[in-house]
Amino acid sequence: MALRLRLRPDLVCQQAVELVTDYLEGALSRRDRRRFESHLAGCPHCTEYLAQMRMTIRITGSVTPEDLSPQMRVEFIELYRSFRAEAGGEPAPDPDA
Amino acid sequence: MIQDPDAGLLDRLRSGDEQAFVALVGRYREAMLRLAAGYVPSQAVAEEVVQETWIGVLRGLDGFEGRSTVRTWLFRILVNRARTAGSRERRSVAVEDIGPVVDQSRFDGAGGWSAPPEHWIERTDDKLMAAKMADRIRTAIGDLPARQREVVTLRDIEGMSSNEVCGVLEISEANQRVLLHRGRSRLRLVLESEFGEA
Repeated sequence: MALRLRLRPDLVCQQAVELVTDYLEGALSRRDRRRFESHLAGCPHCTEYLAQMRMTIRITGSVTPEDLSPQMRVEFIELYRSFRAEAGGEPAPDPDA
Repeated sequence: MIQDPDAGLLDRLRSGDEQAFVALVGRYREAMLRLAAGYVPSQAVAEEVVQETWIGVLRGLDGFEGRSTVRTWLFRILVNRARTAGSRERRSVAVEDIGPVVDQSRFDGAGGWSAPPEHWIERTDDKLMAAKMADRIRTAIGDLPARQREVVTLRDIEGMSSNEVCGVLEISEANQRVLLHRGRSRLRLVLESEFGEA
């Protein structure tokens, strides 16, 4: 594989898709970045692929945690209170004090 | 100075505000479960690890000096507990997932696309559709191999930097990139196969 890369300066699509994350992470050498970008310039499919990876990242970033169920809220409040009770029995500081 | 989105909650928690505790739990519990699941044999044990982590967080409140963000600190505690609870020792890129990220049947003999990516990005303009995709991603992340799930959760859901992620998971930058690449590629494929149109 490495040998083939050296002998053939132009990337093919199958290689380009493996470089997408390194490209987005800024981890490619300047030379590899140039090869990647010049491949993209001539390849609408790989351009689409890169855009899809970017959109995948965006959609993943929009995933928000589900709300705690009422029962879980109660359980965690109990956990909190019993921790405080054990930790020396000091009451929480009075917010109005 | 580290910009910490949880600084406000931390202050409130330190002054004994139990609602701040619940809010912090709500923010991170799901991601913690996703991470813990990769270290321990069952969901029940993962739940225990998460519970222990929160107790550890309360215990450590006074000692936390803000040299990292709150979330990095939380996840460090979690990973340590999960390691203790599970049997997974040294972590490296496992042989859990090898080979190309796009099936080679989609390329011709010269390495060019023979079955190019189907189109779906345009459909995200529809808010309902975008929400549907996010739901699908949530499930798909649960199905990723454990190490990919950890990296994708921290990087792409929690929005941590690669530095933070490497610190939490104790992996190298290169390792992290490989896992991120495989994880993201799988998620893209899920979206393509369910929402793509030729």
